[in-house]
Amino acid sequence: MSMTAKAPKTPEARQMRAKQFNNTWLLFGIFGIVVVSFVRVVTGADDLAATNTIKAAVIATCPILLAGLGGLWSERAGVVNIGLEGQMILGTWGAAYFTYYYGPWMGVVGGALMGALGGLLHALATVTFGVDHIVSGVAINIMAAGAANFLAETYFADLSGGGFKQLTGLDRPGEITIPGISDAATSLADQHWFLISDLSSFVAAATKEVSTLTILVVVLVVATAWILWRTSFGLRLRSCGENPAAAESLGVNVYAYKYVAVVVSGALAGIGGTFLTIVSSSGFTAGQTNGRGYIGLAAMIFGNWRPGGTVVGALMFGYTDSLPLRSASAVHALLLVVAIALIAFALLRVYQGKQLAGAVIGGFGLAFGAWWLLTDSINRDLVGLTPYVATLLVLALASQRLRMPAADGLRYRRGQSI
Amino acid sequence: MADAEAGSRDAVRLRGITKRFPGVVANHDVDITIGRGTVHALIGENGAGKSTLMKILYGVQRPDEGTITVNGDDVTFHSPTDAIEHGIGMVFQDFMLADNLTVLENVVLGAEKLRGIGDKARDAIAEISRVYGFGIDPDVLVERLGVGDRQRVEILKVLYRGAQIVILDEPTAVLVPQEVDALFDNLRGLKNEGYTILFISHKLDEVLAIADDITVMRQGTTVGEAKPGSVTEHQLAEMMVGSELPSPETAESTVTDDVLLTLDGVTLTDERGRQLLSDISFTIHRGEVLGIAGVEGNGQEELVETIMGIQAASAGTVSLQGKDMTEWDTRERREAGIGWIPADRHRHALLLDSPLWENRILGFQTREPAVRGLWIDRSGARTDTERIVREYDVRTPGIDTLSRALSGGNQQKLIVGREMSNDPILLIASHPTRGVDVGAQAAIWEHIKTARRKGLAVLLISADLDELIGLSDTIEVILRGRLVAEVDPQTVTPQQLGSAMTGGDDDEEGAA
Amino acid sequence: MSDLLRRTALTLLAPVSAIVVAMIITSALIAVSGGSATDFLSVIFSVPENRLIVNMINQSALIYMSGLAAAIGFRMNLFNIGVEGQYRVASYGAATLAGAAIFPGILNVIIPILFAIVLGAAWAGIAGLLKVTRGVSEVISTIMLNAIAITLTGYLLNKYGQHVGNGVRTTPIPESSHLTGWYPFTRADGPVWTLAILAVFLGVGFWVVLNKTRFGFDLRATGLSETAAVASGVKVGRMVLYSMLLSGAVAGLIWMPAFYGAAHSYGTAFQAGLGFTGIAVALLGRNQPVGIIFGAALFAFLNEQANRLTIETDVSVSVVQITQGIIVLSVVVMYEVVRRYRIRLEQRQVAEREPAPPPAPEEVPA
Repeated sequence: MSMTAKAPKTPEARQMRAKQFNNTWLLFGIFGIVVVSFVRVVTGADDLAATNTIKAAVIATCPILLAGLGGLWSERAGVVNIGLEGQMILGTWGAAYFTYYYGPWMGVVGGALMGALGGLLHALATVTFGVDHIVSGVAINIMAAGAANFLAETYFADLSGGGFKQLTGLDRPGEITIPGISDAATSLADQHWFLISDLSSFVAAATKEVSTLTILVVVLVVATAWILWRTSFGLRLRSCGENPAAAESLGVNVYAYKYVAVVVSGALAGIGGTFLTIVSSSGFTAGQTNGRGYIGLAAMIFGNWRPGGTVVGALMFGYTDSLPLRSASAVHALLLVVAIALIAFALLRVYQGKQLAGAVIGGFGLAFGAWWLLTDSINRDLVGLTPYVATLLVLALASQRLRMPAADGLRYRRGQSI
Repeated sequence: MADAEAGSRDAVRLRGITKRFPGVVANHDVDITIGRGTVHALIGENGAGKSTLMKILYGVQRPDEGTITVNGDDVTFHSPTDAIEHGIGMVFQDFMLADNLTVLENVVLGAEKLRGIGDKARDAIAEISRVYGFGIDPDVLVERLGVGDRQRVEILKVLYRGAQIVILDEPTAVLVPQEVDALFDNLRGLKNEGYTILFISHKLDEVLAIADDITVMRQGTTVGEAKPGSVTEHQLAEMMVGSELPSPETAESTVTDDVLLTLDGVTLTDERGRQLLSDISFTIHRGEVLGIAGVEGNGQEELVETIMGIQAASAGTVSLQGKDMTEWDTRERREAGIGWIPADRHRHALLLDSPLWENRILGFQTREPAVRGLWIDRSGARTDTERIVREYDVRTPGIDTLSRALSGGNQQKLIVGREMSNDPILLIASHPTRGVDVGAQAAIWEHIKTARRKGLAVLLISADLDELIGLSDTIEVILRGRLVAEVDPQTVTPQQLGSAMTGGDDDEEGAA
Repeated sequence: MSDLLRRTALTLLAPVSAIVVAMIITSALIAVSGGSATDFLSVIFSVPENRLIVNMINQSALIYMSGLAAAIGFRMNLFNIGVEGQYRVASYGAATLAGAAIFPGILNVIIPILFAIVLGAAWAGIAGLLKVTRGVSEVISTIMLNAIAITLTGYLLNKYGQHVGNGVRTTPIPESSHLTGWYPFTRADGPVWTLAILAVFLGVGFWVVLNKTRFGFDLRATGLSETAAVASGVKVGRMVLYSMLLSGAVAGLIWMPAFYGAAHSYGTAFQAGLGFTGIAVALLGRNQPVGIIFGAALFAFLNEQANRLTIETDVSVSVVQITQGIIVLSVVVMYEVVRRYRIRLEQRQVAEREPAPPPAPEEVPA
């Protein structure tokens, strides 16, 4: 964004705002790493930020993130897409089928196509027929679950590695390793030094045996942010979510943009399903999405309908989802991480003049701290609760700061208000 | 009237435009000619068909019959895009802006091909803003702008697209006087640059002040044309409403000494700390009609909602018959005998997808005959709805009809009938005859007068000055959330009231 | 009278056409994937065996209660997606309490059921409170609460339940607390559970409260137009909380007939997924107590008949889920289409009744 001579102040101000915004999430990330690193050193739970932990977290994050991105496309155009779960389910089947016959990259295409089909249905119901968005989404989820089961039983039962509810042994997309850096980073990470080792773990995780599909996910995040906020197509799409009547009065074909947005949304969720099928695991299993479509939606809301925020939300879910599978001690140490994060957040709120909110959050923080102090271990099941409880807390405490698109979820009829 | 010659002189010609909606003829046989480089005013009462006509000209709706000629070419608009391509731009009455987008984004939306969405567009907007003295920052979020600035953003949108013909639909309805002056300055500036302005209004003084030509509409068609120099406000008013002004007359005063409603220092502050109402105090007695005059958006809605207990006053007290009811909730206030005819009947007074008899219960959920104890009294409600339909002449196939299906006038009669049920002691009436045909208007006025004779106190809020003057015993003028003047309806003229409402104390608007 | 006939026809039009559409699409899908659509249709539309009829009645009762729970929220435009979590928490709690057998005889039925009601209401109440006090969308909070409920009950069951073989369950209730039910056919065909009667009570109660009481009117008014409801004196926040509590309370009862009738403990015998079925059925029945009966019966019928597909045909059982999904989606689309048609119809009626006065333009000299 260059500055111009004619309007010297405004672009600067804009840039500052943009920077501030990016800085917020950057600070958020750095703070997170520092806290995790600190707790790791204090508790000796090295698995908290080991390369493998991070890799597992990324793999757990990607499907959720893709669903979240799908939600972002759809909701920015004003359509609430609770059918993400169903579109994801369709994606798992499509990915398995196409991968089996044509290889993993056609599997991605197949997953995207099946998800897009679910999105198209949702668009048809909500945009053309004006059905309530939630209602349509619920119906799609029911239908998609049935469709995937039926299709699996019909097409996978007789295949090698197949069964009534599964198709295993699928080819995976390739992995990339950057030799020099990954080795250096791995050895640094193994030193368990404060912060340095943790950052090295990240570098190692990002350079060693990275699935090409993971790289595609990163590309999709960047592409989504760029398309929605830096192109005229994105501006039009977002205007449909903010004030469709205004958009229509300016010649924007609101229906068309909503259709595109919801179909893309479904396709992204479908790729999320693909990721589950050919990266997270080695095949299709009935019901393997296990609510991740809904979680993606939650991650997007947690991230305030923004790409950066959605990434942070998805990472939170992914990290707490994957950690318990790796290490019990790390799970216990996580309590301290949560406690410190909450107390820091509480102090921030108090600093902002929100004493009550600060007190409530601080109370939760102290409770987690006490829990950590008074116990030696924690049941793995309970860790799974963290992202859900955290989402509820964030919604409860920061809902005033969340800003959903103004016309999100509302029915829109062509020519309705002009 | 050679077409070729007219084509070169006229920006827009509409001939024989007719538009029907189910059950309604919104426009028929409309003829208008708008000269290039002029400010052309289109006036008419609410419901006269002005807005429909403008939507046709802007391509939002298509006429069933008739032709549109722009700069001499016959055109057919399928969408606003077509109209924009022919150099027509529209500033809607309800702003068409996305709050959560910046000015820049709002302006370039739909016109990205012109200059992209980046710095070139930003420069162009800054330039237009500078030339016409708009003073708008392209990168600010629209939600941070005030009403006047939003309107300028709307005009910016139109100019940015290179429109030569600008339609403004009731642009002054939401403005305070200084903003109206600023707007008129902007419009004169545009005219001097060669733009053609079509200005829709029902405010005669404004029209006379700004327009070069005037076209009058009534009941869906054009009924006459005039030049500001050769016509008086009264003549225009007559053209708008027909042969005579439906001037309500006041019978002898029925005002008593019994104090019914008292507001004492009522103040309302919104969450951002702006004062929506400042230190409002007044008293209404039994048998008295207190009128509130003011340009819309100056706190009338907030005043009503504070009295009804929907918004809680930040300071001050509201008392009914001497009892402090500041802490009461809306239902308690209704039970105490307050009837309410809200300004927006669709949003606040009706369940559009429920039958008429269920609408009778709304607002009376705790009172007979609609309800007995904790139970809905279906037959009681139905019988009483039939009474309202009969007494208030609600034209409906039956009381099982959905209220959505009724015409605006009949919906309003139903609401008035309902709110007059159970013998209210106080009636709050916001624009009670807005969008209502003349017959229903007279009937509603008659009902209010009859109730007043029986001791009803009325708070009347209306944009129709004749209604205010005709019905009120006292008139308070509201401006930016304050009561700024009290006038005697017996002696005041609409012109005087008009200038009090706009904060000026003389006729600087240049009403003839 | 013909008016009434037309209304009834319009009301039935949507569900009937939805079923037809769903059957056609499902048949087509089966045919395309190489199965026999006629086999499918003949099995689905055959007369069910006695055993299946009993199952259908029992399942209808559970699904019906779930549908009611969802409908209470829907009538107020509250999307309580959380019925699933609410009845899970309530079922686990009630099963644990009843398994402890603290109370004698019938009290060991009544008190755990009351406990289930309270737990269901409380779980839904969290979402209600968050919405009223903090403005959190109930859709997202109930989804979160569903996930929390599954994890939490799983954890508690693992920690405090009886481990039997591979499974884990709560302590089974004593025989004295069993409420098996009534055998309409032979004993081999199984009983209609005693507590299935709860569905009848709840249905009647729902209808009475919604249509006959002030509270019901306020609830419906809030759903139809929140602004108008506020203006009429309804305290919307309070209504949101009440209806969430009510919705959760009903949700708490969903599994009780099966628990006291057959399962006797919470564990592998717990029937999950009823919450989502309930949402579908509520939509199918237009959130009307009578409509939901048909929705619940239809779903139970399809589920039970589908079980025979595996035995008698090559068609997969899951196909019926597609049928159900299509029915729900097409029914909501059809309701919307019918609604628009009906409004146009009424407007035309009104217009016929009151022809727009022909405007008489007159020339006024300028």
